Amino acid sequence: MIESIKSFMGWFFVTGDPMIYGADASIALVSIGIVAVLTYFKKWKWLWDEWLTSVDHKKIGIMYILAALLMLFRGGIDALMMRAQLTLPNMHFLDAEHYNQVFTTHGTIMIIFVAMPFIFGLMNIAVPLQIGARDVAYPFLNALSFWLFFMGAMLFNLSFVIGGSPDAGWSSYAPYAGAEMNPGVGQNYYLLGVQISGIGSLATGINFLVTILKMRAPGMTLFKMPMFTWSILITSVIVVFAFPAFTVALALMTIDRLFGAHFFTIAAGGSPMLWANLFWFWGHPEVYIVLLPVFGIFSEVIATFAHKTLFGYAVMVWSMVAISLLSFITWLHHFFTMGNTAPVNAFFSISTMLIAIPTGVKIFNWLFTLNKGRIQFTTPMLWALAFIPNFTIGGVTGVMLAMAPADYQYHNSYFLVAHFHSTLIAGTVFGIFCGLHYWWPKMFGYMLDETKGKWSFWIFMISFNICFMPMYFLGLMGMTRRMYTYPAGLGWTPINVVMTIGAVGMGVGFALIAYNIVWSAIHGNKDKTGDPWGGRTLEWATASPAAEYNFAHIPEVSTRDAFAAMKEDKGVFTTKTAKPYEPIHMPNNTGIPVIMATFMFIAGFGCVFEWYWMAVPGLIGIVICMIARSFVYDDHHYISVNEIKRTEAGTGRLS
Amino acid sequence: MKNLKALIKPFLLIGVISMLTGCSDKIAVLNPQGPVARSQYHLIIWSLIMMSLVLAIVLILFVYVLARFGRKKGDGYDPNDTGNRKLEIIWMIVPVVICVLLAVPTVKTLFTLNHPPKATAASSAIAGKTLTIDVTSVQWKWLFRYPDQKIETVNYVVIPAGTPVKFRLHAYDAMNAFWVPELGGQQYTMTDMPMKLWLQADKPGNYTGRSSNYSGRGFAHMTFTVMARKANDFDSWARNVKDNKPALTHEKYMELLKPDTVKAQAFSSYPEIVSKNLNEAQMKALMNGESIDTDSSMDGMNMDDDSWKGGHNND
Repeated sequence: MIESIKSFMGWFFVTGDPMIYGADASIALVSIGIVAVLTYFKKWKWLWDEWLTSVDHKKIGIMYILAALLMLFRGGIDALMMRAQLTLPNMHFLDAEHYNQVFTTHGTIMIIFVAMPFIFGLMNIAVPLQIGARDVAYPFLNALSFWLFFMGAMLFNLSFVIGGSPDAGWSSYAPYAGAEMNPGVGQNYYLLGVQISGIGSLATGINFLVTILKMRAPGMTLFKMPMFTWSILITSVIVVFAFPAFTVALALMTIDRLFGAHFFTIAAGGSPMLWANLFWFWGHPEVYIVLLPVFGIFSEVIATFAHKTLFGYAVMVWSMVAISLLSFITWLHHFFTMGNTAPVNAFFSISTMLIAIPTGVKIFNWLFTLNKGRIQFTTPMLWALAFIPNFTIGGVTGVMLAMAPADYQYHNSYFLVAHFHSTLIAGTVFGIFCGLHYWWPKMFGYMLDETKGKWSFWIFMISFNICFMPMYFLGLMGMTRRMYTYPAGLGWTPINVVMTIGAVGMGVGFALIAYNIVWSAIHGNKDKTGDPWGGRTLEWATASPAAEYNFAHIPEVSTRDAFAAMKEDKGVFTTKTAKPYEPIHMPNNTGIPVIMATFMFIAGFGCVFEWYWMAVPGLIGIVICMIARSFVYDDHHYISVNEIKRTEAGTGRLS
Repeated sequence: MKNLKALIKPFLLIGVISMLTGCSDKIAVLNPQGPVARSQYHLIIWSLIMMSLVLAIVLILFVYVLARFGRKKGDGYDPNDTGNRKLEIIWMIVPVVICVLLAVPTVKTLFTLNHPPKATAASSAIAGKTLTIDVTSVQWKWLFRYPDQKIETVNYVVIPAGTPVKFRLHAYDAMNAFWVPELGGQQYTMTDMPMKLWLQADKPGNYTGRSSNYSGRGFAHMTFTVMARKANDFDSWARNVKDNKPALTHEKYMELLKPDTVKAQAFSSYPEIVSKNLNEAQMKALMNGESIDTDSSMDGMNMDDDSWKGGHNND
């Protein structure tokens, strides 16, 4: 009996590596610590009432961002472990199995559990405020989306200590990711963790599509919307069209692995190529799902701190529309080297190059927004400015990769790795840090410290270049991605050493951002005006942080940069007192999303281990939650006029 | 100006790196040793020139606007400068022109790579012809079969310099990619679809090849050496293998198919089953005594059939 328990534990928990035991211990300690602190300060009720059951888009946004920052930390540690292993040839810091798991979780976490949720967090915070709405179209669904993402991320991360992590890369190519070549639970964690959070992402896409189309303030026509809102509208359309392909692909591979089907196997007529096609049919639009929103953020920030309206607004919108359409006809460039005929490769080479045209147009429009501006070098602006040259490097190398015959030499080499880090770090990561500093006062009512912010920017940005510029050369020298080690004497060593130094620098930069957040929470300057940057769009027209109902009066819009125009017209911002308040209709908090997502987690964990005694009750729990929700009739409340008056007076903005 | 310094930094770095790594012969892709790699090299250099031009324009404009409008006193500030149709049309047309300038040679090269490169030397044994080698990737090793010479090598392959070599690529289990950067770009090996890759070495020499598509634990060690030899030396090498090396037995072959890394080796002959290019699933079925329907499951695998059009290097 004891023996069988022992052997089960040995199989269930990942064993044999001191680093894993360290992680086990720290996870246990942190969990105990959190529970102890919450209990000691009697915060359980506060946590449940204010956060876990909240359907307020601003709180959901904050939870998204906190979770994404945690995941960024995890993904960053993965990156540092890889760089440590590759610093010198023939290192034994990680063995092959461990390294393979680390690069897989690094990629998956950074794309699915950092880039997307961070962007979802920023859009949750900014979009309803920018369009003068009181919440998103489907607040319940919004909470459910967040909790699905969160539970998916937790399930995926659990693989590190229980059962073992996936090791087939974030692209999880068949047939290597199939049950024959990859037995064990690691790949199941990938499939179910990503699937659960993917359902949430799809729902978010639908939610924001409807929110932006239906809930804009009176007078805000589509072409008067802020550019960030435009970028989210287009992103939502991409999400709605791209994610179903991934959902299906993940489901098919899950059926392959759990129930012995043969969609992607070698045997019985399965087609490994089918996975590559389905994966990248989602995977390439996904790149624009994490890029277009940051294009929107940069547009806002550059216009704000150049003190000018965005240059060429209509062209900016149409170029994003063009990118979104092109993003669906380029997926094959991820596998030019998988045996396509010359005409097929020619088509996808050209369609990929075409993306450079609208992207180039956007770069020039940003430059001309700066031109004749009054440029103010704040922390968010530094991130936005650094984006332009650094992202252009990623862009031009992207065009080089688009040329299929040349790609035969770049494919899967470090040249490719350098390219997509140039776009995803100089684009997405700079963008989310930019948005984080820009909207932080709106989220919490105080500023992040500028001096520390600038230091973290310079350290991170310079280290990024030290890490990734040499990587292009490493690729041309023939080093391929996903090698856990390399022999000496190939001339790769000095470059690898430099890259590791850069990676450590990026870690220091990130640590400084984290320190700045903690420091500013204690010492940060309060934002009493609600408009600390001299903003141009409506999110700055309300208090920081905005009241639950966002706007006591829904603003009326007559032009682009609505808030800038209001400030110009009235001299001082005083629109609040003209009309009497009316009671505001708001959705009720509900615990169903977090409970339903927990059942999803239970069902997912059961499927990972093929424990159907666990999976089936989990699925039943999900269905019960759905039924329970459909019988909730009392799902809204009114905020009384008195309460609005009290809240508005509390912000000191009621004249 | 702080910003200027940050801009210059990447370029300084590039300079330092290229000095660090020294001679370009360490940069395999920029050191082409055959006609296929050379045509790709020309394309790479051409794109590098065009892209440097684009980058230079962006950087010059960037530095200009920051230096001119980033100062404290806001002279030249014009908040009404919100669009310029003419300028916007210009920077829409310029990228179009650049794309055309890149797309034309891209498509040309794509179609050229379909055909074998021009031979520059010929051995007496294969005079005027091309050499065909069947490559099979097995976790984590490379098997090379010479169907004409009836010999087999593992983790190294000898080719005659100056002769076009047709590599027919197969995978036994996981997908891999066959890449010899100095001789030419890569191509995947797959279980359900044979691929073709034409390569040719200008002159005798040893060129490192490796798998570039991740395939599991031993992937990083999945390297092989391409040894280009003078035509005559190739012939005598093949004869030498035929005469002096052991035969590849069925047992030894099954041993090689197990996931592991192995040393370079050569065999004077191989059993019939090797030439069927079976994948793992087919092999298992065969071992279980089931009849394998090679005709349907290997649809389009007869690569000597000109009607088969798959593979970008199809001749």
